[in-house]
Amino acid sequence: MTSSDPVQPRRVDRAGLVIAALLAGLAAVLVWDARGLQSTAMYGMGPEAMPVVVASGLTLLAIGNFIDALRGNLPARESTDPVPVFLILIGLALLIAIIGFGGGFILATSALFVTTSAAFGRRAIVVDSIIALVMSILIYLAFDRLLTLSLPTGPLERLL
Amino acid sequence: MTDTFAALAHGMAVAIQPMNLLYALIGVFLGTAVGVLPGIGPALTVALLLPVTYKLDPGGSLIMFAGIYYGGMYGGSTTAILINTPGESASMATALEGNKMAKAGRGGPALATSAIGSFVAGTIATIGLAFLAPWLVDVAVRFGPEDYFALMCVAFVTVSATFGDSPIRGLTSLFIGLTLGLVGIDKLTGQARLTFGVPELLDGVEVTTLAVGLFAVGEALYVASRRHHTEEKLEPVRGSLWMTKEDWKRSWKPWLRGTMFGFPIGALPAGGAEIPTFLSYSTEKRLTKHPEEFGKGAIEGVAGPEAANNASAAGTLVPLLTLGLPTSATAAMMLAGFQQYGLNPGPLLFAERPDLVWGLIASLFIANMMLLVLNLPLVGLWVRLLAIPQPWLYAGILVFATMGTIAAKPSVVELSMLAGFGVLGFLMRRFDFPIAPVVVGLILGPIAESQLRRALAISLGDPMTLVQSPISATLLSIALIALLAPFVLKGLGRFKANED
Repeated sequence: MTSSDPVQPRRVDRAGLVIAALLAGLAAVLVWDARGLQSTAMYGMGPEAMPVVVASGLTLLAIGNFIDALRGNLPARESTDPVPVFLILIGLALLIAIIGFGGGFILATSALFVTTSAAFGRRAIVVDSIIALVMSILIYLAFDRLLTLSLPTGPLERLL
Repeated sequence: MTDTFAALAHGMAVAIQPMNLLYALIGVFLGTAVGVLPGIGPALTVALLLPVTYKLDPGGSLIMFAGIYYGGMYGGSTTAILINTPGESASMATALEGNKMAKAGRGGPALATSAIGSFVAGTIATIGLAFLAPWLVDVAVRFGPEDYFALMCVAFVTVSATFGDSPIRGLTSLFIGLTLGLVGIDKLTGQARLTFGVPELLDGVEVTTLAVGLFAVGEALYVASRRHHTEEKLEPVRGSLWMTKEDWKRSWKPWLRGTMFGFPIGALPAGGAEIPTFLSYSTEKRLTKHPEEFGKGAIEGVAGPEAANNASAAGTLVPLLTLGLPTSATAAMMLAGFQQYGLNPGPLLFAERPDLVWGLIASLFIANMMLLVLNLPLVGLWVRLLAIPQPWLYAGILVFATMGTIAAKPSVVELSMLAGFGVLGFLMRRFDFPIAPVVVGLILGPIAESQLRRALAISLGDPMTLVQSPISATLLSIALIALLAPFVLKGLGRFKANED
């Protein structure tokens, strides 16, 4: 909001430039990957044709997004708070790590529940942990026993 | 004509078996319960509840799906009326007038007119589906691969470019979806594309992982990031639930008009229910005898758009069932539901598994009826669900969302993809890119590619085959016009603005 110049009311949108660059990068990855494919089709198109078509489209769209960003044509954005986003991502990382190291479904989803709840402003970690454990045990029992879906087991699941 | 009645009667016989009735009941109940949660639209409702149906037989699970689908729609309108957070853009018109009615203590009649209107529209539109589908199947069996390819081009363009705010951003979303669709083993030559040596990627990107990541995880991240902006307020349902004679008189015509907008537009591959709901809203605003009430809680403004929304939902099932063409995020999730049993909707399915298709269509009638009976008496229960504190609500949504992936494929790679798609969904919301085209691109991209390659193999590599078939040539022209129209119209608009 610093530029009040009436001739150029809209500024270059930096995030838009990053988006355009990412799209161009994605197109490059597609072409690079397609080069390793062998065209075995006698007639018509082989497996490498479609990635090239999609990459061309992405390149055009990168240019389109680039122009939009230069003109500042992107819709207005509201301010965001990065802390809750990181908290939830930490929760997801914990979940993946616990599942990966064999900690089981209950511990993994409980960790995600507590961090998400904290991200939305709750500070009662003990209460939330108890709620999370009870809930994930109930979900585990319902899905593992009633619907016979196999969920990953860890130390807690073996006790049940 | 008589064939349709016979088939429908056969479908009814399938649907009213006690076990199937129970599945439909569980479906509408779960669908409404999940759909009523703020921020969860019908597409996400279906995606979240997919794992519940993993172990059922295809017939039972599709019937449960029909219930979940309609239940999610009913639930969404309840949320729109009572807390003014439409779970999807198609409920925006409802939120506009319905929430004002709730604030004025007329939440009961608003919920009632939306429930009865949805029932009327859903029933008429399902009848339309039952009669239109066999006819379209007859047309579709004459389609060659080049015609299918052209049809998908139409769907690509209309879903992403024609009706969005910005064709460039819509197409960007579509191409992200098309890129994801390329991942995995190429079905014709067995070569791996875009897998970067990761064995888990050989099977390609799971539709449910993408949809749950984009919709559920992305939405949770987005809401968390802007928690300081919004204050949701739940309107209590005060006064009578029932509509007065005056309410009925003002509602029935909007219901029918809404259906007339919703069904045809939903049945065309034109993407989503936004257009018919807004058309219906503006029509009712123009025709009403109480223009002063619009913007302050006019019952016509709830009745019409709600009917249009439900009718278009049934309409999108026409291209989905007859051509295998999903034109909305919800339809894409329904298609994923079919695919988990190796079933591919299309003319063949009508011929090979008529019991499944007609059982599903008959279940739509039954689900609609159950919802009418269930929804209004149970409104107190749904309101209590709405009162769950936000931290627990989103924590629960995320647990349930990851559970689907954990149950299907408990691998670190798959869960990381889910988290990655969540971040993508968050960024797309933040920078205002539409999400449905990504899902449609992932599903339709590989199908379009294989149809195109088949067509070119048949024609010995001659690309003229695409314009030599009259069906394909027509469809490709439509796609081209639909692609260029928004740019041309925008240019005209700018020209006019300069003139002023």
